[in-house]
Amino acid sequence: MTLFDDICESSAIAWSSVRANKLRSGLTTLGVVIGIVTVTMMGTAINGINSAFRKSISSMGADVLYIGRFPWMAFEDWRTFRNRKEFSLADALQVERELKSAVAVAPQCDGNGTVVYNRRRATGVWINGNTDQSLTIRGLALSEGRWFTPSDVASARPVCVLGSYLADGFFPQESPLGKRIRVEDRSYEVIGVIEKQGSFLGSWNQDNQVVIPVTRFQSDQQMRPDYVIAIKASDPSQLQETIEEVRSILRRIRKVPPGKPDDFAINQQDVFVQFFLAFGGTIGLVGLFITGLSLIVGGIGIMNIMFVSVTERTKEIGIRKALGAKKRSILTQFLIEAATITLGAGLLAIGIAWPATIAINRYTAFAAEMSWWIVAVALTVSVLTGIVAGFIPALRAARMDPVDALRSE
Amino acid sequence: MPLIQIRNLARRYVMGLDTVHALRGVSLDIERGEYVAIMGPSGSGKSTLMNLLGCLDSPSEGSYELNGKNVARMSDNELAEIRNREIGFVFQSFNLLPRSDALHNVELPLIYAGMARSTRRDQARQALANVGLQERMTHRPNELSGGQRQRVAVARALVNSPSIILADEPTGNLDSRTGTEILNLFEQLSQRGNTIIVVTHEEEVAQHARRIIRIRDGLIAADEMTERGRASGSRTSPPDEAGTTTAQPVLTSPPIIAS
Repeated sequence: MTLFDDICESSAIAWSSVRANKLRSGLTTLGVVIGIVTVTMMGTAINGINSAFRKSISSMGADVLYIGRFPWMAFEDWRTFRNRKEFSLADALQVERELKSAVAVAPQCDGNGTVVYNRRRATGVWINGNTDQSLTIRGLALSEGRWFTPSDVASARPVCVLGSYLADGFFPQESPLGKRIRVEDRSYEVIGVIEKQGSFLGSWNQDNQVVIPVTRFQSDQQMRPDYVIAIKASDPSQLQETIEEVRSILRRIRKVPPGKPDDFAINQQDVFVQFFLAFGGTIGLVGLFITGLSLIVGGIGIMNIMFVSVTERTKEIGIRKALGAKKRSILTQFLIEAATITLGAGLLAIGIAWPATIAINRYTAFAAEMSWWIVAVALTVSVLTGIVAGFIPALRAARMDPVDALRSE
Repeated sequence: MPLIQIRNLARRYVMGLDTVHALRGVSLDIERGEYVAIMGPSGSGKSTLMNLLGCLDSPSEGSYELNGKNVARMSDNELAEIRNREIGFVFQSFNLLPRSDALHNVELPLIYAGMARSTRRDQARQALANVGLQERMTHRPNELSGGQRQRVAVARALVNSPSIILADEPTGNLDSRTGTEILNLFEQLSQRGNTIIVVTHEEEVAQHARRIIRIRDGLIAADEMTERGRASGSRTSPPDEAGTTTAQPVLTSPPIIAS
């Protein structure tokens, strides 16, 4: 008897026995369905977080350096960084003049505030001070209007570019271009709208931002903002050289004596990614483990029902043995039966989880992402659950004595 | 060389502290083409003997050669193969798979023999046609009468062309008319040269055979020829000779009951 015959024969038996006990099989399957749904949803959540993270992080650009007082990842005392000398616009200009291996240099700063248009009001808006170069550096795209020109920045014009969330919220029916809004009680003319970027991990809405010229930020919002100099390297493969060049220029500008450590930090998205991968990976594993427990509970249900099934069908096992079924055939029959039930459960679970993922994406701020590999893993896991849970009952069936089995009623 | 050669076959069961001697040393030869009835009251050991003959069980002692192979010391899987190839079972309670149709039930031994799908379909159809059930192939057991079920079981027993047909009280669950029908079917099979062993406690049924082996207290009490056996002159009846004794279709022939 070939394995293929085994599978055909066993699947047919499995199907008819599932049909013969609809309610019982349904209830048992429910346990596995719930298990697979939770694991799958966990998978889509992790997947969604990862890709949201990658998307957000890629807007920073792999070839962009952020120079500021604070390093992004540091385990030293925060005060040592706070006492460092702030960067000024002049510093940024000097870096731009001297640095050869960069395509764009821009001083940037940010804060939080309230934006008002007519009677509408948005709080906690991310207010960005950017230059004409920031569009390239931040890798942004506009859905409407234009970005700042060098002269907008040089003459500190009261103009702004809105994130899509604010643009949609303030101007649901009309174009925001040319309208005047108030940012922290100062009036700005809207000249552009940034394409929708999506939220980061469902919490930080990047579309809830307004961008104004960095020069205007200084005059309107904050006298001495904590500038970060963003630098886009001209050749990403020569990033290390660019970092060295930036370091030597800055040490000179900031008059750091030789032998002393830098009094500034050169940040890259790279550290972020590494931190996230280590941290997010652990959280993901723990999450999968916890949700995996529900699958184990489902598996125990399957094991239980397979024991019942084997006991009920002792006679059938006896008949099959009398007709020449070997241990292996009986074993595979029941394993395949268990696997068929759990595979059905897996398919059902994906049928539930897939629309659920779409609904989560549409109606909540959370990012969940279904992908083919999650489907493949979920189905593999469900089949494996069936095989593992069905093994002991199947072994019991395979080891039955044909005489005893035939005698049972 | 006889088809079945048994020497000093014994089977003991250990039940708690007691040892039950179900079979105490039986020696027996059965030739190819014989039609044998094994009789005995309940508890005599006839079921144990049947299980051993059918390779469903292994003896505690003694030797058993079936078709030239020593099966007394075989492993479970080897015995499964022997059952599949050499033995066709017909049970009192038919023992058909309730959720499978007649065709699939008959196909089962061929599936376990590893035969290709199309060949085994054809062969199973042929076997069902041979017992007059070509119209009932897609019916499930609960859609068939008792006699039809037993004929499906006979078709299943024959489909693999086994060396022995081993029937355990084949008429036990049938009314006398359908019981006779099945016995006539056996008669026909015997005349075609099949070896048939029927285990029964009904004298009437046993008289259809050529030879009766009576078991009592785990031993052979008697081994005798029936009238039919004496009439045919020898234990074995070659197929050509047998053809002359049944001119009419077996399945519809009136019962022949030896007195």
